[in-house]
Amino acid sequence: MVLPFIWMLLSSVKTDMEILQIPPSIWPKSFTLDNFITLFTQMDFLVYLKNTIIIVLFSFVGMFLNAIAGYGFAKYRFKGKNSLFYLVLATMMIPGQVTMIPVYLLLNMAHLTNTLLGIALPGMVGAFGIFLFRQFMSTISDEIIEAARLDGCSEFYIFWKIILPISRPVLAVQGILTFIAGWNSFIWPLIIANDQKYYTLSVGLALLKGQHASNYALQMAGSAFMVIPIVIVFLALQKYILQGFNVSGMK
Amino acid sequence: MKTFLNKNSPYLFITPALFLLLIFSIVPIIISLIISFTDINITGLADWSKIHFIGLSNYVNLFNDPAFLQSIGNSIFYVVIGVPFVIACSMGIALLINFGDSWIFRLFRLIFYAPSITNVVAVAVVWNYLYNPQFGLLNYMLQFVHLGPVPWLQDPFIAKISLIILALWRAIGVNMLIFLAALQGIPKAYYEAAQIDGANSWQRLTKITIPMLRFATFFVTVTTLIGWLQFFEEPLVMTSGGPLNSTNSIALFIYQNGFQFSKFGYAAAGSMILFVIIIVVTLIQFRGQRKQQDNQM
Repeated sequence: MVLPFIWMLLSSVKTDMEILQIPPSIWPKSFTLDNFITLFTQMDFLVYLKNTIIIVLFSFVGMFLNAIAGYGFAKYRFKGKNSLFYLVLATMMIPGQVTMIPVYLLLNMAHLTNTLLGIALPGMVGAFGIFLFRQFMSTISDEIIEAARLDGCSEFYIFWKIILPISRPVLAVQGILTFIAGWNSFIWPLIIANDQKYYTLSVGLALLKGQHASNYALQMAGSAFMVIPIVIVFLALQKYILQGFNVSGMK
Repeated sequence: MKTFLNKNSPYLFITPALFLLLIFSIVPIIISLIISFTDINITGLADWSKIHFIGLSNYVNLFNDPAFLQSIGNSIFYVVIGVPFVIACSMGIALLINFGDSWIFRLFRLIFYAPSITNVVAVAVVWNYLYNPQFGLLNYMLQFVHLGPVPWLQDPFIAKISLIILALWRAIGVNMLIFLAALQGIPKAYYEAAQIDGANSWQRLTKITIPMLRFATFFVTVTTLIGWLQFFEEPLVMTSGGPLNSTNSIALFIYQNGFQFSKFGYAAAGSMILFVIIIVVTLIQFRGQRKQQDNQM
């Protein structure tokens, strides 16, 4: 299971020459960071990295919208609440390939193709996120909210200062998943960005695979650069990720 | 003023998210359905007067398009081979990991989960290198047992299997966690009672554990099935559907027609067919599940 990861790391520090040797060497003869340097000097990985970080930031705005919508569904009674919530859940059934083409046409009409906003918008909110926030926030007691209302707090102030701090466990899970999804985002950048200026890391890596098909050392360095941050985040916060499956109601 | 705010705040809270969902999930379905009856392409995009309603032509052409029929066949292959493997492997690994709680079991849980959060492109690039017939590690290792060389991505049949292996590697993690959560929910008393009655460990597995995992298995089956029907990134990055269209999936066919050939109407018709297939398959699953429950009552 870990073999592909280990092979990726070992190969990313080998030289071009060594990687094309037959038979392949298992342990690198000489460690070199040249491949990583090439990614940033001769290729546009710095630009891809910047775009990816911007997409991740947009995703966090999306997470906030999910949270506030989840709160709306959890703690208010209003007309059409149930039917609207079922509508939200129904969107989970829609396969990405069905929305791919019309969303492209819509963004094209709005002149948002080839912009980072256009890349980020389609994936910003998600039914699953709204659902998880709603599930968690329904467990918060009504008395706290009522007490705050009697003290004259505005509704948004209640959400910001009371609900969000209580929701820290679900925020942690969602935050990690949002980061991973944003960092890995591939389909929308692939479709919406025609200009390399707007490529994210994963699209840039796919391009690298096409352009430098036989330079496996460079490809492995690019992959390692994408995978290592996620593995670090995962190892540091694994407790929350694995707990997340219990929060999500799979028990 | 206060009551006004209170009454409207739930709407204010849900509107932004709902608006985005509406624009990017619900409206697209309607658009997709409409344009699937038109010949919209790259010229129609710039000038709407060039778009014509052509009725069911797109659908008729799809079913006469050998590439589309082949992609349906490939998707069925992925489902028939992939789904049982994912269920068997993730359930088997969950059962093994559930045996203990020491650090080694926790380590394995991490190891098996790790592939599912890593970037699909990075993973595909790494596996592409592993699969390389000349320099790849897999063929090199097979040499030691006097096998190979295997044309992992060059042979039309083996290429499909190679993609399934990669996707299986990625899929195990999440499903294993679902099975683990379900396993921990089985009351210990059942096993104690079975032990007193003299049931051996095989009987305990087949008569208690697996039946108790029924709901988790159902959940994993439905999500995995839908996932395989939408199989997309792996063939796109690894093989672009080749060799000879043999790894092309329905989803990739839609992408190619939409964004490489700019035949938006044709691709939209393909996506509607995929949507119908997914709905029908899911409904059959739910019906089967209900029937099974009725029989047990």
